[in-house]
Amino acid sequence: MDIQFTEEQELLRNSVQRLLRDQYDFATRRKIVATEGGWSRAQWDRFAELGLLAAPLPEEFGGLGRRSLAAMIIMQEFGRNLVVEPFLETVILAAGLIDDVGSTAQRDEFLPDIAEGKAIWTLAWTEAGSRYNLNDVSTVARKTGDGYILAGAKAAVIGAPWADKLIVSARTSGGQRDRGGVSLFVVDRESAGLHLQSFKTIDGRRAAEIDFRDVRVPASRLLGNEGEGVLALEACRDTAIAALCAEAVGAINALNSATLGYAKTRKQFGVALGSFQVLQHRMVDMFIAAEEAVSLMQHLNLALVAQEGHCSKLASGAKSKIGEAARFVGEQAIQLHGGMGMSDELNVGHYFKRIAAINVQFGDPTYHLLRYARAN
Amino acid sequence: MEPNLSSEDAAFRDEVRSFIAENYPQEMRVPNPETDLTKEQSLLWHRILFRKGWIAPLWPKQYGGTGWSIIRRFIWEQETSRAGTLPPLAFSVTMVGPVIYTYGNEAQKTQFLPRILSGEDWWCQGYSEPGSGSDLASVRTKAVRDGDHYVVNGHKTWTTLAQHADWIFCLVRTDPEATPQAGISFLLIDMKTPGVTVRPIITIDGSHEVNDVFLEDVRVPTENLIGEENKGWTYAKFLLGNERTSMAGIGRSTRYLNRLKEIVNAEIPEDDAARGEFVKDIARVELDVLALEATELRIVAQMSRGIDPGPIASLFKIRGTEIFQRITDLTHRAIGNYGLALREHPPSANIYMPGPDHGHTASEKYLNSRKLSIYGGSNEIQHNIIAKTVLGL
Repeated sequence: MDIQFTEEQELLRNSVQRLLRDQYDFATRRKIVATEGGWSRAQWDRFAELGLLAAPLPEEFGGLGRRSLAAMIIMQEFGRNLVVEPFLETVILAAGLIDDVGSTAQRDEFLPDIAEGKAIWTLAWTEAGSRYNLNDVSTVARKTGDGYILAGAKAAVIGAPWADKLIVSARTSGGQRDRGGVSLFVVDRESAGLHLQSFKTIDGRRAAEIDFRDVRVPASRLLGNEGEGVLALEACRDTAIAALCAEAVGAINALNSATLGYAKTRKQFGVALGSFQVLQHRMVDMFIAAEEAVSLMQHLNLALVAQEGHCSKLASGAKSKIGEAARFVGEQAIQLHGGMGMSDELNVGHYFKRIAAINVQFGDPTYHLLRYARAN
Repeated sequence: MEPNLSSEDAAFRDEVRSFIAENYPQEMRVPNPETDLTKEQSLLWHRILFRKGWIAPLWPKQYGGTGWSIIRRFIWEQETSRAGTLPPLAFSVTMVGPVIYTYGNEAQKTQFLPRILSGEDWWCQGYSEPGSGSDLASVRTKAVRDGDHYVVNGHKTWTTLAQHADWIFCLVRTDPEATPQAGISFLLIDMKTPGVTVRPIITIDGSHEVNDVFLEDVRVPTENLIGEENKGWTYAKFLLGNERTSMAGIGRSTRYLNRLKEIVNAEIPEDDAARGEFVKDIARVELDVLALEATELRIVAQMSRGIDPGPIASLFKIRGTEIFQRITDLTHRAIGNYGLALREHPPSANIYMPGPDHGHTASEKYLNSRKLSIYGGSNEIQHNIIAKTVLGL
């Protein structure tokens, strides 16, 4: 099992690599993160121009298809370059959900704008007490004559300050942790009654706590069947995990090559750092972690493409194992860079911080280990 | 864990406890004292201890020390770190002070020691240089004799709190021909001297603790040389010995472990399977702390019988830092989705920080604690020390 890219996939990978090499070096990324908004519309436009925002979508919307591995290819390069723009949130999460469970009208209304880079989206499912449990939802959607009224709060929603639209999970029936009774809604960020408290994230992005104070949502903005939101979110989580694993692999590879390069050139006690056996063995372990991570990541992405039945268990397994591998590589990359690894100037710490965030998004390694253990 | 105390020592412990409870400034109780206090705020406790006569337990009585026994010094360490008080600036009191009273001349002792005790002078450490890492003897900063001055040129880095410092103690190369260790001298430099520039280094947690210090044609009077020229390595090693004894950090780890338990109890429902994992992980760390604390007590008992602890400090450094890193990692995990948030620096009430209060520093502590296994001689170096000097390998 080793992925041989098709010509089309190879072309996509080369063009992402070229774009990021030319337009998204670490100095540029640093400037983007330091701006008031914390992301770059110009970069987003370039992604759109190159077709990256359409690539993982169905062919009818200009993409290579949901089962094309496009997301994996793009996210791996984004991980290598620490891209901050909300590709995962907009193209993988939102567009994926819309394509999975949206009506024809909704797909036609929303997907072209996403593909063309005209709209930023995010997914608001986490709540203050939910941890990583998709069905722990206390935000409620009350049915009215012509739609719903949302009341409640979502927590730590990545990309919310940037988003034009949100997909929000809210309870239309059942108790706080029931699997059934959760529905998904498309909500304009500018809606009356929707309040954001923005903050900076550990990996240089922006997120927000969101209050819904009786936000009115028309019935046409119900996404998928009422009460079946958790099922949709579970499938969405598997895809998101596959993308995050690809991103983590990109970061791991970048860290390993930086560390190896440093160990070969940096002199200590008159010799190269890399000549110390204790550090050689450490770097071998980092190499092994990377090899295992890339294998599992490919395995998961191929299984999702083939729509194999065990995907959800595999996704949790990969998220746990790759998360731990990335943490190990990140910690050791800092350790082997010494004081420089602690400096904000160097990219090494920023990979470590992105990995820390990946290990929170959609569940930490322990959560997924337990989920893997319990899955059939 | 408590040492076996005589009734006098037990009374002393009670006195220390109530002194801390009654006198530690409320103003210093901030989320992260290492980064959140101004210079003046961080000196408040120093001055209180100075007035009480408790500022320098390590020092001999004649220079302003407390004259405490080893057991009492240990009690002091234990009680202050359990209470979470900000220790007096180590670079002044623990590091340069002992070098000055051990190797300095009378004029230097008179000039510097009282001002260290009172907190009038803030010292920083000019050891590390770009490219030196744990190989401190590779010092490249040069000091060239010019009449009754040295002219110093070089670049020091990772200099903790140099932005507040009045003085810097520096390793400088005075004999470029000698073997690396033999050509080094120990020089005290006034930070106000022309040619001294401090540039902040921001670390991955966003805080400003460390700095670059540039020295360009800095003229330093020869009377600021400690001991003999080219003997600086001896003094430097003496100082590092003092640095490493204090790295077990039992009190700090215990406090952060208690915070971790509080977070786990508050944030993870009892019927969540992850709760059981955290309980096991916490128990493992608690046993690590217990074992290290028992080792510390055993060593303290040996020292009070006059037995030289030798390079055991390396053990405390390795395990103490590993334990604290593990606790900050678990705390970051325990806080769940709010582990995404990172407090901005410098901290301000105007900047919004989401999530429960007890989790506000989880991210920055997790990031910041990566430094512990790097500084003060990396943990790899500490392993080498034990391999060589204890195991004879």
